[in-house]
Amino acid sequence: MTWRRRQERWMKVAMMAATSLLIGSFFALLTVLVVKGWQAISWSMVVKLPTGGAYFGGEGGILNAIVGSLLLAVGATSLSLLVALPTALLLQPDYAGRKKFAQFLRSLLDGLWGVPSIVYGACGYALLVALGWRACLLGGLIALAFVELPIMVRAMDEALGIVPKAMKEAAYALAFTRYETMRHVVLRQALPSLVTAVLLAFGRGIGDAASVLFTAGYTDNIPRSLFDPVASLPLTVFFLLNTPFEEGQRRAYAAAFVLLVLVLAVNVLARVITKPLSRYIVR
Amino acid sequence: MAKVMSRRLFWDRTFTVLLWGAGCLVIGLTGTLFTALFWRALPLLHRQPLSELLMGTQWQPAKEAFGFLPFLIGSLGVTLTAMAIAVPLSLLTAVYLAEYARPTVRLLLKPMVDLMAGIPSVVYGVFGVLVIVPAVGKLAAFVKTYLPSVPLLTPSAPPTGYSLLAGGIVLALMVSPTVIAVMDEILRSIPMSLREAALALGATRWETVRFVVLRAGHPGIVSAVLLGFARAFGETMAVVMVVGNVPSIPKSLFDPAYPLPALIANSYGEMMSVPLYDAALMLAALWLFLSVLAVNLVAQHFLRRVRRGWAG
Amino acid sequence: MPRIVVRNLSVYYGSHQALRDVSVEIPDGQITVVLGPSGCGKTTFLRCLNRLIDLTEGAKVTGEVFLDGENILAKDADLLRLRQKVGMLTQKPQVFPMSIYENVAFGAWLKGLRDKKALDELVRQCLQRVHLLEEVRDRLFAPAFQLSVGQQQRLCLARALAVEPEVLLCDEPTSALDPLSAQKVEELFRELKERYTIVLVTHSLRQAKRLADYVLFFYMGELVEHGPAQQVFSEPREERTRAFLTGVIG
Repeated sequence: MTWRRRQERWMKVAMMAATSLLIGSFFALLTVLVVKGWQAISWSMVVKLPTGGAYFGGEGGILNAIVGSLLLAVGATSLSLLVALPTALLLQPDYAGRKKFAQFLRSLLDGLWGVPSIVYGACGYALLVALGWRACLLGGLIALAFVELPIMVRAMDEALGIVPKAMKEAAYALAFTRYETMRHVVLRQALPSLVTAVLLAFGRGIGDAASVLFTAGYTDNIPRSLFDPVASLPLTVFFLLNTPFEEGQRRAYAAAFVLLVLVLAVNVLARVITKPLSRYIVR
Repeated sequence: MAKVMSRRLFWDRTFTVLLWGAGCLVIGLTGTLFTALFWRALPLLHRQPLSELLMGTQWQPAKEAFGFLPFLIGSLGVTLTAMAIAVPLSLLTAVYLAEYARPTVRLLLKPMVDLMAGIPSVVYGVFGVLVIVPAVGKLAAFVKTYLPSVPLLTPSAPPTGYSLLAGGIVLALMVSPTVIAVMDEILRSIPMSLREAALALGATRWETVRFVVLRAGHPGIVSAVLLGFARAFGETMAVVMVVGNVPSIPKSLFDPAYPLPALIANSYGEMMSVPLYDAALMLAALWLFLSVLAVNLVAQHFLRRVRRGWAG
Repeated sequence: MPRIVVRNLSVYYGSHQALRDVSVEIPDGQITVVLGPSGCGKTTFLRCLNRLIDLTEGAKVTGEVFLDGENILAKDADLLRLRQKVGMLTQKPQVFPMSIYENVAFGAWLKGLRDKKALDELVRQCLQRVHLLEEVRDRLFAPAFQLSVGQQQRLCLARALAVEPEVLLCDEPTSALDPLSAQKVEELFRELKERYTIVLVTHSLRQAKRLADYVLFFYMGELVEHGPAQQVFSEPREERTRAFLTGVIG
């Protein structure tokens, strides 16, 4: 009898140990990054562009990467949203939801959900080469949009699916068309979750390196057109972390720190924004 | 009134067309993706049969030797190591969160886990380089000194810490939050009545979990593991920063390895200068694409079946 | 005033036949109560009258339903016009995720009524007719979900009235309400029957006796008996009707 109780106790210890290990690593990660980042960050780091020779310890900051990452993430998220929302709507039972087509599409998107971003990057590169273009902002935008698409569609599909069927039927009974039902009832009811989905994808977009590695290029400047190369925070970290020059390393830590802050901020925003958006929704 | 009606119908029809357009676009783009990769990989496939490429051990692009075996083994090795660490940790954590933790504790910890899932891979990479690699290096030196000939453990070369193990640990950290989240969802979906029945028979909490809950959630748990596997297999940035990137087959946990995604990431600069190099990398990408897609589809299929089971 | 004529209406869910060859004429300007035990096809019947049955997966409908002489089950029937003419109230009130005002105004707004003053007037009128105006007049733009269930149901009624229907279909509209709200809603039906044809589904015999002018008794998908309420309740022709009325079945 007592060994059963002992087993219970041991398992509980194991569970708490495992949880502590993971959460502890998380805090260790945060600590290391904050410490290194805090040492490296300064006002000039954030607002100045690098003055060339970053790898060799040149002067300047990481403004190119900060602006670049924001441009990439905002652009890619918008692009993705343009395709993701209609696709998610299409998957609803009101449209193709019950037909085989929808099953197929859902399976496809499920499969795409886990495709590593480097594959999208490699493919984007192949396309760029075929078109004779060089790595640029546009290339990065498209590759990143591909990365965000399955994430967004999946989250939006879930958000839309939760809207009660009876609510939609009430709209149809009032002679709403499908479009009107979607626009005025379903989208409003699902709004908080939809916004969260977009923010989730945005967070992913700021941090993704593998897809922009081949497609967006890298530069010390802020791109002036869609066809200029663009820097990004993750790539700054990737390229500069291992330089033997302290100046370069500092920039890498600063970039990692800014990245972390941005991702955490988006996360917090997603939680904070849910409440005001939920004012009218029916629970 | 009729004019209003026809306008409403017009918008309805246009909207429907747009939706179908988006759906077809997604399918078309996926097809293009696959085709593009295949197209660019073709030159290499014409030259050498796939089996030779997959089993070859020499990777010297300048001599047109494209043996993928070290990379396949490297990928598999890193991923399996990561899963060996991540699965028990994640399962224990998920069970704790879902079955044992007090509501306040759960309310605090679950968002943290979700937050971890969102941290970019390069950030994990920085952590790996600053903390994990040195730690593994010290461990490797210890092993080399005191356990000079244990298979799979003894490093074959002076260990630097940039190794399979370091890659595995970093990947485990990266993949765990996602796996935990899925497992947690599965566990919480199992009806209370099942647990109550077991407890009423005198089972301890752990026995309830082990014999009832986990058994009931089995397919979902397997799906979670598969999803984690797929994610780990394709993860690039964090791994490439800590794994050593030496194109030889690793013989111990402390040897450096070179997983497929790392290969692709590192080679892009030289891709265009060597003939067939880019075809080889596209082939690597294609392989990655297909294998991850396959694992994902299997996992998602089971997951959907489990989820639909609750709704029915 | 519309006349609803049902001819040989059958509904199949897969291989299960939910409605068997129903034929009946529903009178104008009266409350027609659709009575019967649970699962006998009452809701299915109701949903055929505004073609909401289309939204049920796997439902197959045969037969004809004429509204003002037009077969609404025809493939080319104008669904929007039908659903504007035939309003519906469900068992559980389904308010939209908008303010009280918008819930009522929306149907009319979609129909093309954009003038703000006219909309305001319409909203007031409809809320007044369901006796909700006094209760919500100072929070017209509050979320509709904040209302009590009884108020929500009256809001749904106001919403249905705002699109100016001619028929009202009500699927157990008071079963989710507390007795006081239920009573208020029943009174509303009595007031409304002057201008609308009301078809009301209920499984409560007492409610049927309180409200019905005409009765349709369903059992196991079949329309067993129909006629003026007094006749059906006091001298039912069929054995099954009698059994239901005395509480033996249902």
